[in-house]
Amino acid sequence: MIWVDTIIQGILLGGLYALFAAGLSLVFGVMRLVNLAHGDLIVMGAYLILVLVTLLGLSPFVAVFVAMPLMFGLGWALQRFLLNRTLGDDILPPLLVTFGLSIALQNALLEGFSADSQRLPTNALTTASVEIGSITLGVMPLLTFASAVLVIVGLNQLFYRTEIGRAFRATSDDATTASLMGIKPANIFATATGIALVIVTIAALYLGLRANFDPNIGPARLIYAFEAVIIGGLGSLWGTLFGGIIIGVAQTVGAAINPEWQILAGHLAFLIVLLVRPRGLFPRAND
Amino acid sequence: MTMLALNNVSKSFGALTVTDNVSFDVPKGQALGIIGPNGAGKSTLFNLITGNIRSDHGSIHFEDRNVTKVSAMERCLTGIGRSFQIPQPFEKLTVYENLLVAATHGRNLSESDVRDDCADVLERTELIKRANTPAGQLSLLERKRLELSRAMATQPKLLLLDEIAGGLTEGECQALIRTIKEIHAQGVTIIWIEHVLHALTSVAERLLVLDFGKVIGIGEPDEIMASKEVQEIYLGIEV
Repeated sequence: MIWVDTIIQGILLGGLYALFAAGLSLVFGVMRLVNLAHGDLIVMGAYLILVLVTLLGLSPFVAVFVAMPLMFGLGWALQRFLLNRTLGDDILPPLLVTFGLSIALQNALLEGFSADSQRLPTNALTTASVEIGSITLGVMPLLTFASAVLVIVGLNQLFYRTEIGRAFRATSDDATTASLMGIKPANIFATATGIALVIVTIAALYLGLRANFDPNIGPARLIYAFEAVIIGGLGSLWGTLFGGIIIGVAQTVGAAINPEWQILAGHLAFLIVLLVRPRGLFPRAND
Repeated sequence: MTMLALNNVSKSFGALTVTDNVSFDVPKGQALGIIGPNGAGKSTLFNLITGNIRSDHGSIHFEDRNVTKVSAMERCLTGIGRSFQIPQPFEKLTVYENLLVAATHGRNLSESDVRDDCADVLERTELIKRANTPAGQLSLLERKRLELSRAMATQPKLLLLDEIAGGLTEGECQALIRTIKEIHAQGVTIIWIEHVLHALTSVAERLLVLDFGKVIGIGEPDEIMASKEVQEIYLGIEV
C-alpha cells in the first residue's frame, strides 16, 4: 500500500513539474525559443506574489490573480522589445540573451530580497488533507495537479479552438507567409510569451506554497521543466504533463528507497527516456 | 481607373540589378501576364509589389495611393493578394484553417464574419471535400488550389499568381484555368507570372516581357508573342 501511496504522491508532484514546463513548452512550440531564464521567471513570480501578499495583505490565492496581468505585461514586453530581436536562423543569440537574463534576474532578486529563503504564508487550506480509502492526499498537491490539468486543457483549447491559437500555429509553421496574411509575428510571439508568464505565475504560486524559495533556485526549476518537456516530446502539451508525472513519480519512488536518491532518480528517469526515445514519448510529426 | 502603377522601380542585390527601371500600369479589371526567362526578375517584381522587399528607387501606386513605403501586411489589408511559385501552406493547419487565417488577418475581421466566405472560396476552387485535411497531406494540384484559395480568402482587388500552373498535367491545368477565369470574371484584377504560355494567354488580356530586370515589351498577347525581340530573348529562337 505504501507504494501505491508513493506513486500517487509522485503523480501529484508531477503536476507541479508540468506547471513549470507548460510555459517553456508553449514558447518553444510557437517560436522555437529556448528560454533559459524560465526558472528564474518562476522564482520572480513567487516574489511578486509574496510582495502582493505582504503589501496588500491578500491571500496568495487572490494575489496570484493580481500578479497574472502584471506578468502577462512583463512577458509581452520582454518578448516584443528584447527576445524578438534575438530570433532568426541562428539558435545561439536567444540562448545567450536568456542566459544573461537568468543571471541578471537572479542578481536583481538577490539585491532586492536578500539570499534568505522565503515562503508564501500558508493557511488551513494548504495543510488540509482528504482521505480516500487508506490513502491520505494533501489538498495542495491535489490543487496543484488539478491546476496543471486545467492549464494543459486550456492551452489545448486555445491552440486548436481559437483564432489566436490558429495564428500561433500558422506563425510557428511559417512566420514569413503568416506576415503576408496580415499576421504580425512580433505581436503573436509577444502574446505567446505573455501567456507563458501567466502560467509561470500559477507555477510560482504552488512553488511558493509548497516549499521555500530563494533567488538561486531558478536554474534547478528550469532543469525539471526541460526534462518534462523533452520526455513528453517537444511541442506536445499533453506530453509535457506526462513528462512531469514521470519525473514526479521517479523522484518519490527514489526518495522512498533512499531519501538521498530523490533528485537523482528524476534525472535517471529522464536519461532512460532519452536513451530509449530520443525524441520524447509523444513527438510532433514534423519537427 | 488604374489599379496598380509602377514608376521607374529598381532593385539591386549587391552588384546585381534584378529590377531595372521598371514602369507599367494595370487598369482595374485587367488580367496582365508576365513572361520572361528564368532569372529575369519576375518573382522579385512580385515581392516588390507585395512589399516583401523594398525598392531602391521609384514608386508603386495601388489604387492611386503611394504604397512604396507601406508594409507587406498593410498592402495585404488594402487588397493585394498573392500565391507563391512554390506552394507555402501552413502544413499543420487544415485547408479550412489555412483560409480562416488568411481571411481573418488579411481582412481584419472576426472568425464568424469570414466562415461562410471561406467555405464559398473552397467551393469555387473545388477544395471543399478536403476542407478538414491538414495542408501537408495535399497533392500538388490541391496545394496550388489552396494557394489560390488562400489568396482569394483575403478578397483581393489585385491577385498576383506566381507560376501557379507549373508542374500540373494538362487536365489539371485546364481545371485551374477555369477557376482563374471565374475569379477574373468577378472583376478581380490579375497579374500572372507563368511559363505555361497557353494557360497564360487563355486568360491574359495583355502581356509584359521581362528580361534581365528590364521591361522589353508590353502589349496585346498576339503582338508580343509575334515580336522578333521576344522570340529571340524569351524563346531563344534565331529569326
